[in-house]
Order: sequence, then C-alpha cells, then structure tokens
Amino acid sequence: MGKAWVFEGSVDTDVLAPGQYMKFGIEEIARHCMESIEPRFAREVRPGDVVVGPRNFGLGSSREQAPAALRQLGVAAVLAPSFAGLFYRNAVNVGLLLLECADCGSIRPDDQIEVDAAAGLVHNRTQGHQITCRALPAHLRSVIEAGGLLPWLEQRMAKGDIPAQTAPRRSARSPADSTPASPPRSDSGAVPDPMPGSASGSTVDATRG
Amino acid sequence: MPRTLTDKLIARACGRETVSPGDLVTCQVDLAMMHDSGGPRRVKPMLERLGAKVWDPDKIVLITDHYLPATDADSRAIQSTTRDWAAQTGVRRFHDGIGICHVVLAEQGHLRPGLFAVGGDSHSPTGGAFGCYMFGIGATEMLGVLVTGEIWLQVPQTIWLEWRGQLGLGLCAKDMMLAMCARLGMDGGRYQSIEYCGETVRALGMQERMTLSNMAAELGAQAGIVEADAVTRDYLLAAGAGAVDIDTWRADPDARPAEHHVFNASTLVPQVAAPHSPANSASVDQQGEQVLDVAYIGACTGAKLVDLRMAAQVLRGRRVANGMRLLVGPASAQDQAQAQAEGTLSALIDAGAELLPNACGACAGYGAGRFDDGIRVIASTARNFKGRMGAASSRIWLGSPYTVAAAAVTGRITDPRLLLDRYADDAAGVERPYQRVHERTDHG
Ligand code: SF4
Repeated sequence: MGKAWVFEGSVDTDVLAPGQYMKFGIEEIARHCMESIEPRFAREVRPGDVVVGPRNFGLGSSREQAPAALRQLGVAAVLAPSFAGLFYRNAVNVGLLLLECADCGSIRPDDQIEVDAAAGLVHNRTQGHQITCRALPAHLRSVIEAGGLLPWLEQRMAKGDIPAQTAPRRSARSPADSTPASPPRSDSGAVPDPMPGSASGSTVDATRG
Repeated sequence: MPRTLTDKLIARACGRETVSPGDLVTCQVDLAMMHDSGGPRRVKPMLERLGAKVWDPDKIVLITDHYLPATDADSRAIQSTTRDWAAQTGVRRFHDGIGICHVVLAEQGHLRPGLFAVGGDSHSPTGGAFGCYMFGIGATEMLGVLVTGEIWLQVPQTIWLEWRGQLGLGLCAKDMMLAMCARLGMDGGRYQSIEYCGETVRALGMQERMTLSNMAAELGAQAGIVEADAVTRDYLLAAGAGAVDIDTWRADPDARPAEHHVFNASTLVPQVAAPHSPANSASVDQQGEQVLDVAYIGACTGAKLVDLRMAAQVLRGRRVANGMRLLVGPASAQDQAQAQAEGTLSALIDAGAELLPNACGACAGYGAGRFDDGIRVIASTARNFKGRMGAASSRIWLGSPYTVAAAAVTGRITDPRLLLDRYADDAAGVERPYQRVHERTDHG
C-alpha cells in the first residue's frame, strides 16, 4: 500500500526525465523526475507510492529513463486513463507496472492505494471503494513480474529458450556501406522481398556457433 | 479482402498471409537503427550481463548525433563507447558525426519500401516516408531486438490522413503537420499506424514527406507511412540504394481504414504552435505578434536541405532583426554541402545566421546550445515541451522554416507570406481546412 501522487495537465517524457540530465545514470535522472511540475515529488515519494496521471501519460520521446526514473524511486504503479504507446512499451521493458483505468480521476492526492495487478483492481483505502482497470495481457505481465525485459531474457536464456551466441551471425554477402544488408528470410513465401537480389547467399550462416 | 499498406508490411514481417488489427504477432526485424544516446552506452552493459552477441551486425545502423559536438568529458566518453562498440561488434554501417540519425539513415540509402525496421528514437517513424514500417523503441527493447532479431507487436489499425489540393506559397509539410496536431491532438494517432495519402502528399519531395512521417510521433502514432512512388525511387537511386520495388508496397484503394480524415491543402495558412505542445497550433495571425529572442532552424524535422532552402527564400537579401539570434544547424553534412554549393547557405549566413554543427544541438537540450531562463524561441523542430530546449522557463513556439525565418527578420511571430515575393492576398482561409469523411472502428 502507498499514497497517491496525482498529476493533472500533461506528463511528458521531458517532465519525467529532463533532457539535461540524460547523460547521467538513472539515480541522478530520478532525482529530477517531475521537478518542472512538482519539485517535491522526487524528494518525498516513498517506495510503494502510486502515481495517478492524466490521459496520454508519458507522451514524447523514446527515452526509457522516463519510466525507469519512476521505478527507481520505488513507484509501485502508474494509473492513468491512457498511456502513450512508446512509454507503455518502455515501462513493460523496465518492469514498471502501468494500469489503464478510466475511473482513476476519483483518486485524490495522498489517498492510500493498494494495487492488485493480476486482478486488475485498485483499492482506494481512504475512500473505501475499488476501481477496475484493464487487465494486462499475460505475456506483458510475465515481463513486468520478472522485473523487466533484461531479467526476463536472462531467465529465458537460462532455460535455453534463446541460445547464447558465441559469434555474431553475419549475412554471407558483404554489402558496401551504402547497400542495405539483406534480410535472411525463408518464410516470406509468395510475399515479395523488399530487397530483391539479396536472396542469394543471404540465408547462409557460416559463422554461427 | 482489400488491405492497407500497414497490414501488408506487418504480414510480411511476421510471415503470415494476412493480419488483423489487434493480433499479437512477432516480427522479424530487417533493420535496427541506434544513436549515441540510446545505443551502445545503454545496450552494451546489458548485452554483457546476458553474455549475448548481436543477432546480425549487418542489420544494424549506428549513427552519432545527440552528444555532438562532444564538448565535455561525459559526451566524449559516450562517443568513444559508441565507436569502440561498432568496431567490436562489426557494425559496418556506422555513420559518425555526419548528421542527425533519421536524415542520415535516409540519405545513406538504408531504407526501402517493404522494410520492417525499428529505431532507438521516438522520431523513427521518419523511415515510413520510404514505404517502410518503422517505429521507435527504448534501449531495453532494443536489447531484445539485438539478441533475438525479433519484436512483438500488436497489429495496429490504419488511419488514413488524406490531403487534397495544392499548397500555397510559403506553405509546406510542417504547416500540414501542425494543422493535423491541432485538429487530432497529440494522442490522435492512438499508437496506431498512419498512412499519409492524397494528391498533396504525392506532390511532395522526399524530405518533405519525411517531415510528415517524422511528426507522426507528435500525433502519438506508432508509424507514419507514405506509399512509395517514382519520387521515392529516384531519391533512393541517387542515395545509392540501387533498384527498388515500388509496385508491391501499396495500399489497396478499396481498403477500409479504421479512420479516414481529409484535409484541404489549398485553404491551409501558415501554422504556429504555442508553448508547450505541438497541439497548441493555430494560424500564424492567431498567435499574436509575440516578440522573440531566438529563431532556430534545426533538427531532423526542420533543417534538411529543403528546409534550408525555404528559410533562404525568406532571408535572401535581408538581415536578422536587432536583438534576435538566428541559429541554423543543417541536419546533415551532405545537406550542408549541397546548400553551400548552390548558394542557399550563404543566403542564410549573409542574413546573420550563426551556423551550428550537423547534430541534434539544442533540439533536445542535451548539451550544446541549451537555452537559458526566460528565453523565447521559435523553432522548426518537432517538439516544444516545457523545458525541452533548456530552462523550464524558456518558451518555444514551433513553425515552418519559412515562418521561423520570417520571425528572424522581424523579431516577432510573422506571416512568412508577407516576406515572399508573389504573396497574393487571397488566402483568407474562410473554409475550414478539415473534413471528416467516414470512420470505422471494426475492420470487417
Ligand atoms: S534532432 Fe531533435 S527530434 Fe531529431 S533526433 Fe535529434 S533530438 Fe530527436
């Protein structure tokens, strides 16, 4: 359980991870998270707290430091009526729980909130009611539960789902710098290859260990 | 069943005959573009932690642009990490310091119709101008692509944004884009796939089409595609990409997109977006005669050769207003060389422009060229979020290269048509430049 931080207006990636701190590590970026709209946030947010935001939350750049900064600060979940698509993908990849919930506008600052991701439910202990959210697809939940894409890949590699590669694969053809590499496609069937002339030798993989 | 171009591109990439919006599919990636900010400095430690190598170095394009020029130790370390990784990994398509990634990717001939591509940058939809499906991802997701060569995707709906009629003097793709941002909003794209179409779009050159695709990001779409045609083919031939197939990758004319919006180019007037959102766009005369400090012609969105030419058209024989600074950062070295050869660059410099390196510069406020407290900027870039170019108290207006150049001359927001020779006072804009034709939410 944690308390709610409610943001209105617009929360974009420059607010979450300001450009001028992008060259630093995530600890430093997180210290400036939201500072242009709520300077108290990064200092006072506690692990388990929940961020409640406006629709299209996280619009803007592809920088995954935006969701990563929230995770770094210990934010348990972000609730919003909708999320920017790129932010959504990045949040899954860094293991930050997002819940799309149309009715989160009823949550007030400092309300005590408990989130049940598997059931897609948000309990508002202060107001004494619960809100239903859109359930996450199982595949995405498994990535978030693993802690993000990196530990998820690690688990899959440990299980042997993905082979650890001893040498990089390389297309047999040697494209000049200005010539795009050829896609080694064997399954395109009747669908024309966008790179005609690249087929010969492109599926040969002599170097794979 | 007739299909949109989006459906065809994704079906090929996931190896299926057909796909339907909403399907979760796994696609094979033909090309992965990274830059110095989200690239090696982020993925290398993760690859090492996994003990994994990249799936195919020949499908990677690496470009440096964000932390250039490397004026401090941090930026220099990022640059050397990037170079070393390219050498160790065997990435041969490494373009170091020759311009902004989205522009360099195109001019070096790496894109072609039919590709399924990802880029480690939110403006990666730019590649869609070449009839590719290209979208932006973050660094961790890029790691997944580098290790597996695959990426999951929820098949998007298709949104047709059609433009009819002819653009008037002093108008360009940037005005079209800002008008669409105002009308549809920054989540109007709903993370679905936009296909720009219609006679106005077909009449645009490649770099103008790239501006449309680039700012699909500002509409909140995943991709922004323009069907390939002879214009695409000629550009790619000149870029050394060789013969390309422009016949296969077309939308079926009787396909039914989820949404279809029609805009009228002939009634469009120059657009300016007020702080702090591209969706705060309105016609230039509605933004008042806002006084400004800096005019910035920069970024992948607004400093390509075609953009420099537009600015030069306004600035030739004129001077920057007293108290104003005009900054110009050509998007690539190649575009700058051409601008120099043809006299475009000297028109800008003679007018008083300060030339910046071929890099992202102040666009993202990362390093070089950050703006201080309270500075009022008009820029040809894509985004004017609060604090994007520096201090949170700086304010950014967005306009076309024509409009930014006109502001440089007058020191305030100005209709660029007043400074262009053949201005005819007939663009009163009485008709709303927008009409909704039909909308469907199913794809049956
Ligand atoms: S110029 Fe600006 S919008 Fe373009 S890639 Fe660089 S930072 Fe992003």
